Amino acid sequence: MPRLSPIASLQEEALPAKLPISPFVGEMSGRTEGGAVPRPAAIREQPLPAEAASPEPVLLAVEGITKHFSGVTALSDVSLDIRPGEILGLLGENGAGKSTLLKILSGVMPPSSGHIIFDGADYHPSSPQDAKRLGIVTIYQELSLIPTLTVAENIFIGRAPIGPLGLVSWRRMEQDSRTIIARVGLSIDPMTPVSALSVAEQQLVEIARALSLKSRLIIMDEPTSALTETEVQRLLSIMDRLRKDKVAIMFVTHRLEEASAICDRMTVLRDGRLAGHLDREGGPIALPKIIEKMVGRAASELYARPAQRSVAGDVVLSVRGLRTVRDPEAPHAIVLDGVDIDLKAGEILGVAGLVGSGRTELARAIFGADRIAAGTITLDGKPIAPASPADAIALGIGLVPEDRKHQAIFAALGILPNFSIASLGSFSNGFGFMAERRERDALSGFRKMLSIRMASAEQAIEGLSGGNQQKVILARWLARDPKVLIVDEPTRGVDVGAKTEVHQILVQLAARGIAVMMISSELPEVLAVSDRIVTMRRGRITGEMPGVEANEERLMELMALDRKETL
Amino acid sequence: MSVAGEQDQRGGINFARLLMSFGPLLFLVALIIVFTVLKPSFMDPINLFNITRQISITGLIALGMTFVILTAGIDLSVGSLLAFCGMVAAVVAKGGSANTLSLSTSGTQGFGWFAALLAAVVVGAAAGGVQGLVITRLKVPPFVVTLGGLTVFRGLTLTISNGGPISGFDASMRWFGTGLIGPVPVPALIFAAAAILCHIVLRYTRYGRAVYAVGGNAEAARLSGLRVDRILVSVYVIVGFFAGLAAFVLSARLNSSEAVAGIGYELTVISAVVIGGTSLFGGIGSVGGTVVGAALIGVLQNGLQFNNVSSYTQSIVIGLILILAVAFDRWLKSRVRR
Repeated sequence: MPRLSPIASLQEEALPAKLPISPFVGEMSGRTEGGAVPRPAAIREQPLPAEAASPEPVLLAVEGITKHFSGVTALSDVSLDIRPGEILGLLGENGAGKSTLLKILSGVMPPSSGHIIFDGADYHPSSPQDAKRLGIVTIYQELSLIPTLTVAENIFIGRAPIGPLGLVSWRRMEQDSRTIIARVGLSIDPMTPVSALSVAEQQLVEIARALSLKSRLIIMDEPTSALTETEVQRLLSIMDRLRKDKVAIMFVTHRLEEASAICDRMTVLRDGRLAGHLDREGGPIALPKIIEKMVGRAASELYARPAQRSVAGDVVLSVRGLRTVRDPEAPHAIVLDGVDIDLKAGEILGVAGLVGSGRTELARAIFGADRIAAGTITLDGKPIAPASPADAIALGIGLVPEDRKHQAIFAALGILPNFSIASLGSFSNGFGFMAERRERDALSGFRKMLSIRMASAEQAIEGLSGGNQQKVILARWLARDPKVLIVDEPTRGVDVGAKTEVHQILVQLAARGIAVMMISSELPEVLAVSDRIVTMRRGRITGEMPGVEANEERLMELMALDRKETL
Repeated sequence: MSVAGEQDQRGGINFARLLMSFGPLLFLVALIIVFTVLKPSFMDPINLFNITRQISITGLIALGMTFVILTAGIDLSVGSLLAFCGMVAAVVAKGGSANTLSLSTSGTQGFGWFAALLAAVVVGAAAGGVQGLVITRLKVPPFVVTLGGLTVFRGLTLTISNGGPISGFDASMRWFGTGLIGPVPVPALIFAAAAILCHIVLRYTRYGRAVYAVGGNAEAARLSGLRVDRILVSVYVIVGFFAGLAAFVLSARLNSSEAVAGIGYELTVISAVVIGGTSLFGGIGSVGGTVVGAALIGVLQNGLQFNNVSSYTQSIVIGLILILAVAFDRWLKSRVRR
């Protein structure tokens, strides 16, 4: 899971608050709506409901909550409060204790000590159902709707309106659903099956259902991570509307820009403790202040720009006019629309793009994981056409995929088989028997070189931290000594300290002559590591510049806006 | 993921892994002790060898099934495939079609035991390969393909045999089912040799690593350069091969290939694999576990019979043990996760 990146965790399409807001935001929301008419940004220009005059009584007060798990303290003496009509941001890095706190509030588990007061009474829910009944609904990233049922059935699940004969009254259910979803600005047919809705729409249905349950407090866990920029804006404006209806919202997120735009107050956790509360004083809470609370040091220390390296050998991999086909099974997937790109030996090429820019699709197409419709790829001057990852790997290309858990890790296996899986041929003899001694020696070499912190080669890889898992995956490819290494979001779900280590590893690899292509949505990371940077948007390359000449504003402009000539 | 989740695993997982791999074994030992206490003659070598002979048929198939289940697949067709291969072996052994041959003893000159064995394993492997191709190429779930196979192979068997058995093989073939080397029954030796071979393949070869990887995370395996489809086809070939081998041994033991042989074997076989700790979700398991699982079922059946427990009750007990074994496994894992 991605986390903090200072200034712009632009993990997707959020705008960094540093940018001058007026021209961009208007254009963006106007454009993505599909209309040509610029429209003022929904959120930022809305005056905040400054209700300092008559503060509502506290709705939920968490007082000194502590939670231990078999000797480990996940939460220690955390307190916060939230009032009706208020949006409270809950922020913190991975492992800061956000999810533990959420589980306690939503009734999944009780705290070890401390107490919670909700609506003036002691609150200790026995189960998530109980929490819901008491008026606290949590909406998780993984939505809990039943995809095969309709919107109306999902809203009324377990409490369908009954007609005169004691049977379900479908008409009433449909009518009532229509009113309920209208509250969150949805105008779809309530008899649509949920599976036909977009993620954003499903989320709104969940919020609508929560509202229909007379929820007083809605906890949203990373609600925007799967949404497009327009959908985010829409969600934020609905949150704003709910705030006016005196609903309390706890907004758990790592997207600092969004949090800063919408939250009235923030509570920041760090290492299971309360790092502090932040209040909106007149304007949005400033990002550097949040970051400082989250990491406990100033943002500028996190990423240091490397000295410019003397680099750039010959072009190793060259891509011309690359297009991919639209997959009928995934009509919303991004299609590459004529990509030209060159990777040079000993150079780190940063590919900066928001989600939906086609950056991952580019990597997968080069790697033979997705089908190519048109275009050429040449490696060392010879045209190649990898039809599968196995082909690409045999040619000397490696890929560290973005979703480590689902695409890279064999969770059930130990570190050793995870490490050697891409090089089984070179770690076995002619009869197909594994040469385990050689395999172990290689692993211990990489263990030193990449300083992988692990107990033994047999240890389950799941037991490692994100950073060390990522190092094992890097070692997996280094064992093949690839010509080209593509790393997609290399520090996603990696702790701050380990991020820098991963960056240093990438620099070392380039120094050994490997052509490294690093895809990232964290601009500070792109800036810190890349020798050359290209930006992508909507399946195309929109710009290219040497790393030293790049800055966040320039990149952001190229990533987030349509090119000038199209305007 | 919480902080606690990561820290806890270091100490916990090893202990749990130990339990996961030795749990079934401990249970097996306990069972043997209980049965011996109930009736000391249970430990009689003759009875013990009897058990090994009994488990060798389903045990052989269970070895192949271990490969399949490790890739998160399943093969329900093995019982029917066993009958089919047995019938093919019989026809080859006796050198002609079933109509002229059934019931006659050592009539016309056949092609001998080796041709019969070869025919059984080749047909078994080929049948498995076809199912594997349907699974990977047409993307039909293994459950469905092999459920279809279960009916198809039974039908084919009945077609060749006209519904009846083909009996009466020569002594050299019968030796594979009834012979002894020293005190040890030949089927048990075949099972033991096959188990050792499978263990070596899964534990020490490149191919074995690939099987675990495909079962553990097929997408990651593909992105690591494994030819996932080929590996998937190969495990169905392997289980088909073992169904053929088991068919040969069974026919040799009974001196007859029955059209109704192997009915319900798929369930015994899958039970043995699962009781032995192999996860139906793939990626976790071992041949050693499967051998213990097969032995556990064999000992239970034999021991219950020995104590005059009816076969009706036996199936109740075995079913409950299966469920308990999996429940125990789940429980262990949830302990580790916490």
